[in-house]
Amino acid sequence: MRGLIRAFDIAEAGRNKVMNVATTTVDAAPVEKTFLQKLGRMARRQPLGAVSGMMILIMVLVAIFADFVAPHDPVTMNFIDQLAAPSATYLLGTDELGRDIFSRIIHGSRTALVIGFVSAFVGATLGLVLGVTSAYLGGLFDLIFQRIVDIFMAFPLIIMALAIVSVFGSGVGNVIIAITIPFIPKCARVVRSSALALREIPYIDAARACGYSHTRIVLVHMVPNVMAPYLIMVTSFVGQAILLEASLSYLGLGVQEPTAAWGLMLRGGAEQFFESAPWVAIFPGLAITLAVFAFNLFGDSLRDALDPKLRST
Amino acid sequence: MLGFRALAAVTAGAAAMLATGFAAADGHKPKYGGHFTFVIPAKAPPSLDAHRETTYAVIHPARPFYSTLLRVNPNNPADPADFVCDLCVGDVPKPSNKGKTYTFTLRSGVKFHDGTPLTSADVKASFDKIIFPPEGVSSARKSFYQMVDSVAAPNATTVVFNLKYASSAFIPALAAPYNFIYSKAKLDADIHWYEKNILGSGPFILEEYQSGAQITGRKNPDYYLKGQPYLDKITGVFANKESIQVQALRGNRASAQFRGFPPKTRDDLVAALGDKATVQESDWNCVLLATPNHSVKPFDDVRVRRALTLAVDRWGGSQYLSKIAIVKTVGGIVFPGSNLAATKAELMDMDGYREDLEASRERARSLLKEAGVDLSKTYVLNNRAVDQPYKVVGVWLLDQWRQIGLNFEQKVQPTGPFYATLREKGDFDVSIDFNCQSIVNPPIDTSKYLSSDINPQNYGRIIDRKMDDLYNAMLLEADPKKQREKMREYERYVLHDEVKQMITLWWYRTTVHRSHFKGWKVSPSHYLGQALDNVWLDPDADK
Repeated sequence: MRGLIRAFDIAEAGRNKVMNVATTTVDAAPVEKTFLQKLGRMARRQPLGAVSGMMILIMVLVAIFADFVAPHDPVTMNFIDQLAAPSATYLLGTDELGRDIFSRIIHGSRTALVIGFVSAFVGATLGLVLGVTSAYLGGLFDLIFQRIVDIFMAFPLIIMALAIVSVFGSGVGNVIIAITIPFIPKCARVVRSSALALREIPYIDAARACGYSHTRIVLVHMVPNVMAPYLIMVTSFVGQAILLEASLSYLGLGVQEPTAAWGLMLRGGAEQFFESAPWVAIFPGLAITLAVFAFNLFGDSLRDALDPKLRST
Repeated sequence: MLGFRALAAVTAGAAAMLATGFAAADGHKPKYGGHFTFVIPAKAPPSLDAHRETTYAVIHPARPFYSTLLRVNPNNPADPADFVCDLCVGDVPKPSNKGKTYTFTLRSGVKFHDGTPLTSADVKASFDKIIFPPEGVSSARKSFYQMVDSVAAPNATTVVFNLKYASSAFIPALAAPYNFIYSKAKLDADIHWYEKNILGSGPFILEEYQSGAQITGRKNPDYYLKGQPYLDKITGVFANKESIQVQALRGNRASAQFRGFPPKTRDDLVAALGDKATVQESDWNCVLLATPNHSVKPFDDVRVRRALTLAVDRWGGSQYLSKIAIVKTVGGIVFPGSNLAATKAELMDMDGYREDLEASRERARSLLKEAGVDLSKTYVLNNRAVDQPYKVVGVWLLDQWRQIGLNFEQKVQPTGPFYATLREKGDFDVSIDFNCQSIVNPPIDTSKYLSSDINPQNYGRIIDRKMDDLYNAMLLEADPKKQREKMREYERYVLHDEVKQMITLWWYRTTVHRSHFKGWKVSPSHYLGQALDNVWLDPDADK
């Protein structure tokens, strides 16, 4: 019995490790810093991360307030101004149907971010739970699950998404499903490797000994301790999801006209009129590039910030 | 807009057409020899049997290997009523027995490419398969021949068609380019043989077919039109993507694409190739429809359907969409410019064609309100995943309907699922649909709008016997003037009174080919002019 209590103490200590460290830091600091001060310190340490974070913030705000920011309706056709060059009226010009490209890019950010965030969050979260469960249960379940993950990971992301979209059909909902599914095994594999080490820590044994259910052990005691790789995966997935959505839409398998979507803006008229009206292709392409760049950079910075090894160097 | 260089090329093309048209008269003779490569802008056809298929993807690769009984004059394909004998001799026969009997005399000495003689038995067997297909055999144009009672072959060189009633639609139907003459022996052995094999008596003999990749043929030395074909060899290359087709023409890897290009691509090709490119343009016997699903609410209500048609700015659309898509002409259910087509004044007397667009749209809004349509709901427009012109027109329609408060989203599907939705599932509110025909034959072409139980190609789930009666009255009318009047009644009922379906815009065909490719003339259909027996290559044109 004494041994069991000792194991429980170790488990509790392990579970509270992160909290204890935080407490120590707070104790060591003479004055508690404000949120803005912390933000400023982070920006100094991770300037690229700060820039990319700002870009993402702007993108999110633009997406939320698209109806107010966009100077024109993104789907209204104005044939008198077909393929108009950038001007004061149309900042980034118009497409072949006379629609304002600037407004379509603004509204397209909504499509990109909705698909990007939802598929990244759902895919990574399901991967997190499955990865941790696989590591925790081990044995036959782990063996079979990892082989399934191997099968999924054998396909390039775009091929997998294409296959899923061709089964379910196009449209925002189906594109989200198509992008989410390939993310699950990717996240599960990464998270599992962290969870395997976690499984060996005695507090997990203690939790078992206390009679906690598998669900409780996985969700309450293990998942919170693999949040760092999870968060990094989520941010990198958002960028990948935006790129995938754009690719699927470009191939005609993603969202459909007249919905404003960056990839969609690159097909059809953009291909046909690229030489005579380059703005129809350049600006949506730039929007995709900047968005993916921002999320990738932010993911890198987050990794640097959360990885203790990189933080110490 | 058609640029100056494009205009110059069109003019040059027209001049070239005139020149070749009068080739015999001015002493210029076609050149012999050469290997002609053309692009087939499609994927592999479902089968090689033209009797059962409806796509140009089977005509473009397979037509050069076959003969037909009649055909549109290859030297004057712009005239939809100029038919000439292909396998028959002399002029197109006049009917006897009060217009109910047509007797054709066949050329003698015609052989299939395997050396067996082609006789009236082969012609009869082919038309029996088309008109009276046995169970389990599909015939896409069976309904075109409702007037035919029987086909007979009294001797080796005579074929007789006995009609139930005299019909001006019979000869045009007979001249359809899909009516390949097959070998009776092959059909008797296996009626599905031609779905996977090619054996005809046409100007070229099959050398190789790689499904979806390419098809190659060599000159038929025993072709019955003496001196033809001029080419030694032909190769059709399947290339579904427009960018590949354009690069093939620009890089001189292919000399022609026969379906057509959008205006911008025409301008780009002319800008790149100069006088090495020839442009030929024509109205196109193809139209995109918007077909409401009459079995779902609220589109079972004529007020809602009327609102849909009233919202569409066809005259403006013609002006603007023709700059970016292969559509242009405003028309009714009949191919514009043909003998039974509506005039502009007649069109403008129908809802959806009137001059005052704002008044029409205001009326449309009132009708929607009166019908109690839920404007907060998003309805589904089923569309085909083909950019030109399906998706362009689809997006345009959504914009037009949005202006009267109706919100639609597009459900864009590849061809297979698109047809499955139209034919079996029926899970759409409104669908883009099309009516593309080869021969301009208005009485038959307009059978598309008959009740769905009579013509399954009417995908609107419509049953209306009054509409069918109006069609039949028009079809059976022998007097051209009265037939035109009856066509107007039928058209008005379909498009105005009941708004069963909606015509969007008729297509406009713009072909671009290398100038060294001679003798070919544009027609109102991309199914015509594909035998390639009267075309040749002139290497001097590239110098």
